[in-house]
Amino acid sequence: MVTNATSFSRSGLTDWLVQRLSAVVLGAYMLCILGSFVVHPDMDYEQWRALFAADSMRIFSLLSLAALCAHAWIGMWTVGTDYLTSLQFGKGATSIRLAYQAICILLIAVYLIWGIRIFWGT
Amino acid sequence: MLVPYPEAHDSNIGKRIVKDTRPVNLDLTSVKFPLPAITSILHRISGVAIFFGVAVLLYLLQLSLASEAGFEQVQEYFTNPLVKLVVWLLLCGLLYHLIAGVKHLIMDFGIGETKAGAKTGAIVTIALSVVAFAVAGVWIW
Repeated sequence: MVTNATSFSRSGLTDWLVQRLSAVVLGAYMLCILGSFVVHPDMDYEQWRALFAADSMRIFSLLSLAALCAHAWIGMWTVGTDYLTSLQFGKGATSIRLAYQAICILLIAVYLIWGIRIFWGT
Repeated sequence: MLVPYPEAHDSNIGKRIVKDTRPVNLDLTSVKFPLPAITSILHRISGVAIFFGVAVLLYLLQLSLASEAGFEQVQEYFTNPLVKLVVWLLLCGLLYHLIAGVKHLIMDFGIGETKAGAKTGAIVTIALSVVAFAVAGVWIW
């Protein structure tokens, strides 16, 4: 029951789909960032700042941040529910898993707020 | 370690009782891992590592965007071999996760789902990753 209550969308199929859609966004963003390093190997501060200040890049960055949060939630949930079970931890497993999930969700929330601050606030 | 099925599973918590007494072995240390299993577990390990590594990346990004002085500070960090190593390891994790993820998406379309196909996919994933790690290493150092 706790297992279902902490999944990202409360639906395995939706989680599955969100995991893949967010993966495509994150893959595209990573290639975009790495590509910008390849195209401009000697970027100075002004070029670097301008890259992240463009509206199109702000949208892409924030979209990727949201994708990262969803993707990490689903991934960390999957790992936690696979390895932090009663098989490994006996009766205390649910408490351990819940604590683990709370820490993950807290960190995701920090990343989200911090990331919005970086991509929108600077 | 052999574990009797009904007691061992979370899925049996509650009213549902599975009358299945087949033993199930979930002691991963006693299982021989074929290559696709190794690429799968590496995909998970790299994912967990990236999750915590994002804090480092966000910190560096924030500092580099904050001001010209911050940008130079980050460039200064990158002269430190330890920072180079951490960034390279993170980059390796990201590259591996990306490559293994693309393989995952290809398999979602039903390609390479046979035993032989899974092995081929795993070999390609590892081969591409090793090349990507080397390129990333050359780029950083």
